[in-house]
Amino acid sequence: MSTAKKPWTWEEDGYTVTRTCAWSPPGCHPVGCGLKLYVKDNRLVKVEGDPDHPISQGRLCIRCLSLPEYVHHPQRIIYPMKRVGERGENKWQRISWDEAWDIIVDKVQDIKAKYGPESIVVYGGTGRQACLYYYPLGFAALGTPNVCYPLSGWSCYGPRCAITQYVFGTGYPEIDFAGYYPDRYDHPGWKLPECIIVWGKDPLKSNPDGLFGHALVDMMKRGTKLIVVDPRLTWLASRAEYWLQVRPGTDAALALGMLHVIINEGLYDKDFVENWCAGFDDLKQRVQDYPPEKVEEITWVPKEKIVEAARFFARSKPASITWGLAVDENPNGVQVGHAILSLAAITGNIDVPGGITIGPPAALLGKWRVETRLELTEELWNKRIGAEEYPALANALATTHPDVTLDVLETGKPYPLKMAWFNSTNLISPTCSTAPDRWYRALKNMEFAVATDTFMTPTAMAFADIFLPLSTFAEHDGIVVTHFGRNTIFIGAINKALQVGECKSDVEICLELGKRLNPKAWPWNDVKEFFTDQLKPELGITFDDLKEEVVHQIPYQYKKYETGQLRPDGEPGFMTMSGKIELYSTLFEMWGDDPLPYFEEPPYSPYSTPELAKEYPFILTTGARMWGMFHSEHRQIRTIREIHAEPIVEIHPDTAVQLGIKEGDWVYIENMYGKCKQKAKLTVGIHPKVVHAQHGWWFPEKQADEPGLFGVWEANVNLLAPHKHIGKLGFGAPLKSLICKVYKAEA
Amino acid sequence: MSRNGLLIDYEYCTGCHSCEVACKKELNLPVGKWGIKLAEVGPMQVSPDRWQMDYVPIPTEFCNLCEERVAKGEAPACVHHCLGKAMEYGPVEELAAKMAAKGKKMVLFVP
Repeated sequence: MSTAKKPWTWEEDGYTVTRTCAWSPPGCHPVGCGLKLYVKDNRLVKVEGDPDHPISQGRLCIRCLSLPEYVHHPQRIIYPMKRVGERGENKWQRISWDEAWDIIVDKVQDIKAKYGPESIVVYGGTGRQACLYYYPLGFAALGTPNVCYPLSGWSCYGPRCAITQYVFGTGYPEIDFAGYYPDRYDHPGWKLPECIIVWGKDPLKSNPDGLFGHALVDMMKRGTKLIVVDPRLTWLASRAEYWLQVRPGTDAALALGMLHVIINEGLYDKDFVENWCAGFDDLKQRVQDYPPEKVEEITWVPKEKIVEAARFFARSKPASITWGLAVDENPNGVQVGHAILSLAAITGNIDVPGGITIGPPAALLGKWRVETRLELTEELWNKRIGAEEYPALANALATTHPDVTLDVLETGKPYPLKMAWFNSTNLISPTCSTAPDRWYRALKNMEFAVATDTFMTPTAMAFADIFLPLSTFAEHDGIVVTHFGRNTIFIGAINKALQVGECKSDVEICLELGKRLNPKAWPWNDVKEFFTDQLKPELGITFDDLKEEVVHQIPYQYKKYETGQLRPDGEPGFMTMSGKIELYSTLFEMWGDDPLPYFEEPPYSPYSTPELAKEYPFILTTGARMWGMFHSEHRQIRTIREIHAEPIVEIHPDTAVQLGIKEGDWVYIENMYGKCKQKAKLTVGIHPKVVHAQHGWWFPEKQADEPGLFGVWEANVNLLAPHKHIGKLGFGAPLKSLICKVYKAEA
Repeated sequence: MSRNGLLIDYEYCTGCHSCEVACKKELNLPVGKWGIKLAEVGPMQVSPDRWQMDYVPIPTEFCNLCEERVAKGEAPACVHHCLGKAMEYGPVEELAAKMAAKGKKMVLFVP
């Protein structure tokens, strides 16, 4: 590879080539893989992985490789539209942006005057660029304190961020995969992790939030060994030193069992524990309740494996852990997270080369998005839904409490909700809500609703009065901030390569609406000015500098707790109540939960609800990712549907024989809350008592209008997931540990 | 003159389908046709603690080893985009030597 600096754009064989970094829409979290976009006659003709990108190094997944199909898809909505028939009737009329803004501004002002600004709720989705912008859209443009991530228990990423903020006082803990350095794995100050625990996560497919998944494969080739905690045999599990096939929802017991081994056998880092951890003696006492024999009974993981894996992890230096959605989608998840962070801390793997890196709790755009709430008066901010009931959630996340939001929608108490803004969320598809049928009925009653997206979705079809067309990352200027600023491995430029129709980016939409409704909060003339203002104070670069650089890496400082860089007062230690890592959490205690991690049975399981389990004998786990689909995206992309044609439920072959189910049969998955239909795939990579059903499915090829809504209720596994079965602190829905029965459906 | 081939290290092929789609786009192949296609083995339990779950991409009769790209000094589309960096293009003698040197889970295709 040449070391000469590459330009960000050039002409080649009649194409204009643009180097850029990816972030959904469409396709992914803020991982920012590098692409070269080839445009001719304002058409994106082909995509090539950018070999000069230090993280992805020319590699691309099938979501980016099929980007031209997405960008120029005939079903994309590329002009603003207003509804002209009944809601859900699929009758729309193209309008101009000016007309759209006029309608929206009038309605917003009317609704604010009649019912108060708090009657407006902005709903956001998972992982898209919009995650940085829907808070400011609510706080600083619409002027409401209510922005909502609607998934029960905020069960995606937010809980892990909150737990880390409370236990470490830092941003997101990530594997040190040498992403900060241009020379990557050859960087002199970096060390290869000897062991990585992959806990409840399949990063090769999910590329979560800033981790390029195949960095794990890079490190495996260099000698890293894995411990994989997963109810399913993932590819990584098939190559792990230890695959711990945990019973879904029992992760806390497993982590406590591993802590039991490490603490009782003296395998922890005594210096680090002494100097930088608080509450070790209490934790030591607590883990005595979780001997490996008992943990085996709870988790179904053989005790020998628990002991060996714990020893292997503790003896590996450095070692790292990556934790996944299984921490969030669990009412016991705060304790899972607390126990996993404790494992990482007492083994001395925090903030060391090849261990776990930590960023600040908020930086860059992540900081701005939260600070825009200062646009609201205290009085209005105090009306934020669910903040009083769930302070542990409200403190770390500037949103409403999702479950309380549905309660308020349904009851109109303490005040009615009248307007919904669906900002890049398709929440009634099985992604961003449990009990989606209840959300559907409640949201049908809005006086006014706006949706922003790239395609017509079931959610926009069901509720929207105005549809605003979003541009893909190929069509706008922007920036990728890994981990939303909670661990900025690098900043990537999103460089506009073409314009499609009249689509606009989230930032453009915010700026245009903000200038109309609250201009003082939106002083920037264009997006470049806006991004320069975000970048300059922290990094000293302008947006044009970033455009040319494409990738801006930020060298990492290790052991910041020794040098005072983790605290605003410059004192050594961590930014927590005790100044140390809180193995005993004073905050959890203050909020009425146990200060130490503990295990609690899932709300529905063969052990907690044995009577129900007679009718619903299987454990249902959901949400594992596919290669080609980002949650509810990509269902209309032909090449992707050739690979992922239909929704798949995984069943063990022995179980399938008992049920009279064959490979490829359509089956119903059903419990006391609802049912859905998916296609059976038989695999020995899942426990005979567990089935896994895919999330995100709807069918753009099916009837668009009501009641079909693109078949959104057919394969909708979230219909089986209950409302408000969450942990004490307000986090965690049991989406990965439900119960169900399975039976053959008509074809 | 030596023939060129594709060396696959299926210890590290993760089954990501990137080769399939990169190739399909490069050759502009329609629905149902592929220039390279994944085969899957397993998962199956080999011993109490060992599992086999392997993928091997197999070039089809559409594969021309990306003549045009290679002529421009680029790697074939599949090799370039492989997420696991598990594919290599080159003269078969060189690839065979690499195959022997690694000694396990390698396969060499001359399409």
